[in-house]
Amino acid sequence: MNRTFRYLYLSAIYVCLYLPILILVIYSFNASRYSTNWQGFTLQWYSALFSNTSLMEAFRNSLLVAFSSSVVATVIGTLAALAFYRYRFWGRQIMSSFIYVVMMSPDIVMGISLLMFFIILGVQTGAFTLLLAHITFCLPFVVVTVYARISGFDRNIIDVAKDLGASEMQMFRHIMLPMIIPAIIAGWLLSFTLSLDDVIVSFFTTGPSFEILPLKIYSMVRLGIKPEINALSTVMFFLSLLTVTVSHLVIKENR
Amino acid sequence: MEKVPIVRLRGVTKRFDDVVAVDTLDLDIYEGEFLTLLGPSGCGKTTVLRIIAGFETPDTGEIFMNGDRLTNIPPNKRNVNTVFQSYALFPHMNVFDNIAFGLKMKQCDKKSIQEEVRRAIDIVKLSGLEQRRPFQLSGGQQQRVAMARAIVNKPKVLLLDEPLSALDYRLRQEMQLELKRLHRQLGITFVFVTHDQVEAISMSDRIAVMNEGRIEQIGTPITIYEEPDNMFVARFVGEINVFDGRVKHVENGSAQVDIHGQRFKVQNKKNLFPGQDVTVLLRPEDIMVSPNGNGSGGEGPALSGSVDEVIYKGKTVDLIITLDQGETIFVTQFFNEDQENVVYSQGQRVDVDWLYGWEVVL
Ligand SMILES: Nc1ncnc2c1ncn2[C@@H]1O[C@H](COP(=O)(O)OP(=O)(O)O)[C@@H](O)[C@H]1O
Ligand SMILES: [Mg+2]
Repeated sequence: MNRTFRYLYLSAIYVCLYLPILILVIYSFNASRYSTNWQGFTLQWYSALFSNTSLMEAFRNSLLVAFSSSVVATVIGTLAALAFYRYRFWGRQIMSSFIYVVMMSPDIVMGISLLMFFIILGVQTGAFTLLLAHITFCLPFVVVTVYARISGFDRNIIDVAKDLGASEMQMFRHIMLPMIIPAIIAGWLLSFTLSLDDVIVSFFTTGPSFEILPLKIYSMVRLGIKPEINALSTVMFFLSLLTVTVSHLVIKENR
Repeated sequence: MEKVPIVRLRGVTKRFDDVVAVDTLDLDIYEGEFLTLLGPSGCGKTTVLRIIAGFETPDTGEIFMNGDRLTNIPPNKRNVNTVFQSYALFPHMNVFDNIAFGLKMKQCDKKSIQEEVRRAIDIVKLSGLEQRRPFQLSGGQQQRVAMARAIVNKPKVLLLDEPLSALDYRLRQEMQLELKRLHRQLGITFVFVTHDQVEAISMSDRIAVMNEGRIEQIGTPITIYEEPDNMFVARFVGEINVFDGRVKHVENGSAQVDIHGQRFKVQNKKNLFPGQDVTVLLRPEDIMVSPNGNGSGGEGPALSGSVDEVIYKGKTVDLIITLDQGETIFVTQFFNEDQENVVYSQGQRVDVDWLYGWEVVL
């Protein structure tokens, strides 16, 4: 009885989580344009999707922004985490607390404040400001992920490396880096996905000249859900499934 | 000619905020010796090791190696290696790479690294485990890896910070012997840290007893155990019975001390004077018990009391005796072929005394 209940409960949760996605995937192959009735299998929405140049351009832009912002955030974030761990400096405690503040602050607040910041600086919003905004909100996630991993290590390991003749550089290359690389990869993937599906911050910080996918979809959906959107969402779902799987394998490999 | 110490600390002080971890400490460590820093937790043992290794810079004072000033040389440039209490093995490397790390940092060629690592693995008896990762090893094996990783670099001085404290009793006994063997075999200077006095006494050439950042006494295990300089050392290195007395009379090299109305003859090494209050210390195994209970003892004076507790230990019998004056003393008796009646029973009246010269007078 207890056992059955447990399975029922778990199934209910998974149905809630995955049923909508499954429906979306199924409808992306539905031949009917407007009705929710099943009218037969088709791939036409996929071909329509790939020939929709403005949508594809938004997609490329999104990938570009997600990739570059996550790389930059990962580099800066990793260095910051190392500094917090390795060195005792004035304001260290306050600075590391503010990392959490940025992480917790609502997107809308961050979006508006960044926009005001850019206006005050007199920078035209567009690809560059969008990139800066994405780096900003990805950064804390990298810092937190990497810091959590290093602070789990025996601090003496660094001393041992020095004791055995390693310089600061050698210690970093042979000891620190290999130990934190899974966290770096995790932080990077997290940043990549966060950047890829951000709507709110992007809404405020990009200009009309630079369209990205989530905003594009958002504006399309306001005119009603088109089957192309279903197809696109399906593609994106499997893309993220792929990244998650790959990251999982990479991290496991590194254990 | 005076021997030049391999490591010399002069007036070394180290403060952490308001804690004085090491307090104007002088210490000479000689080539090839097994020196133990013994003391309670928090007395500054680790800090002294970290200063020798170079992880901490003393606030004041200097440290020398073979006469050269070492104070501001970074740890990676010192010919000293450390085995940490937590072992701190590199989790992402296998046993071989852990041990090879020091040699790789020195840019040794591949072939000699192979040879040296193999030799170190043989010395610590880890053959066959080269490819294992640290998490696949038992505590004792991790300990051996940590040892091998240090000694493969042929340091002049090997620092060991409570290396055995994480091991269980049996393994600890085994590793104690192993460490002694390594010390003989390698011929390098060992500076060993422990808070376990039995371990210190059984392993060391010399022991430095530490307390609150200072060295209370330094000497051979026998000196430390049998001739403690002060109460702290006396109490820290083993059980001890303390009697308060007053000097009555001073002779050539000896003195008469009154303890509970009985006059005991004690050695006079410290210029005792009549009327001086002293403490007479006796190890449990130095006290003799005789079955009488009327204060007459054997030939000389004795203190009488009754047996409170008899604890049979196999090799020995421990007695807890309450003297008529109310003090409780602790006595260890060894079984002896000639003396059959060492078996006392609870409540029995007894006399206690000791042989002249076995006492310590402070
Ligand atoms: N890095 C540190 N920061 C602050 N206090 C420390 C530090 N290291 C040691 N201490 C303090 O110095 C004293 C001596 O410590 P330690 O040398 O580790 O003692 P032991 O090894 O004998 O237990 C302790 O009171 C400890 O709390
Ligand atoms: Mg310690």
